[in-house]
Amino acid sequence: MVKCPVCGLEVRIPEDAMPGELIEHDCGTLLEVVEDNGVLQLRVFEGDMEDWGE
Amino acid sequence: MPSIALLYDHPRWEEKAILQALKDIGADAKLLHVETTPLRIGEPCCPIDLALERSVSFSNAVATAFAVESWGVRVLNPGTVIYLAGDKVATLSLLASHRVPVPETTVLSGSNRINGSLPPGPPWVVKPVIGSWGRMVARARDLEELEQLLSYKEAARGLYSRIHLVQEYIEKPGRDIRVFTLGDRVVAAIYRVSSHWITNTSRGARAEPAPVTGEIEDLALRAAEALGGGFLGVDLLEDPERGLLVNEVNAVPEFKNTVRVTGVRVHMEVARYAVEEARR
Repeated sequence: MVKCPVCGLEVRIPEDAMPGELIEHDCGTLLEVVEDNGVLQLRVFEGDMEDWGE
Repeated sequence: MPSIALLYDHPRWEEKAILQALKDIGADAKLLHVETTPLRIGEPCCPIDLALERSVSFSNAVATAFAVESWGVRVLNPGTVIYLAGDKVATLSLLASHRVPVPETTVLSGSNRINGSLPPGPPWVVKPVIGSWGRMVARARDLEELEQLLSYKEAARGLYSRIHLVQEYIEKPGRDIRVFTLGDRVVAAIYRVSSHWITNTSRGARAEPAPVTGEIEDLALRAAEALGGGFLGVDLLEDPERGLLVNEVNAVPEFKNTVRVTGVRVHMEVARYAVEEARR
């Protein structure tokens, strides 16, 4: 478990999570999985939504 | 077995499923996270036979597909196909030039916007030149609303903010059709059902299996061929008078809901196709 950088509540990173994966937290924040020295962490996703989609 | 790289930025269910499918059929599957891997033009980062472009960001997908193609490696889909499918003006123009039926559409540029001929309406649909999931798509019920929408859009000051794509409003039967093409065949199709006039599943539309009729297959394959082929999601509208029209084409399509409702393992079809293409 890690903490949401916005609301501070715990977030579970899925076991098969990959760097870059996006997780929508219960508080509504879109979080991005990042790798820091081999450890998976979360940061607020800052992607350009207009550019983003299928 | 060939070595296949999966290019990605933000992995979704689809990318994980394709990766697993590649491994299941014995391919040497490599992951290439494009946001942390610099790609030198003309200098391969690693030995690969083919790359699958699955970046969610349109700009990432176009740039990294072209960079990998500069290594002499085939990319599914190529950068040109991703660019043409991502730019709605380019898509509709190319389809029309290949005699593929599309909704009547006018491209307006800057201050001469309303002086040009508008498509039948009101209402009209205003779309961004580049954009996905139904974002920034709006409906104008009269000329005043259209003027206001275009003014708001221009105020955004984006790259294409002065280019306006105004389309006739099609009275759909509460759904559109998403068809998946892979090379020269159709692998699956779904209805996207919604009481809202925007029928993207990301906007709450419900996926239901759709029959692949001869007409659907023919039109989707003609649209795919016009754009350069590969693995594409072709969106069709059912016009009450003219029949099927091609609305959009997606070059990095999502298919999680299609697998769920049709049972077609699209990810496995893509993996097998990639291996076949890598061997050619």
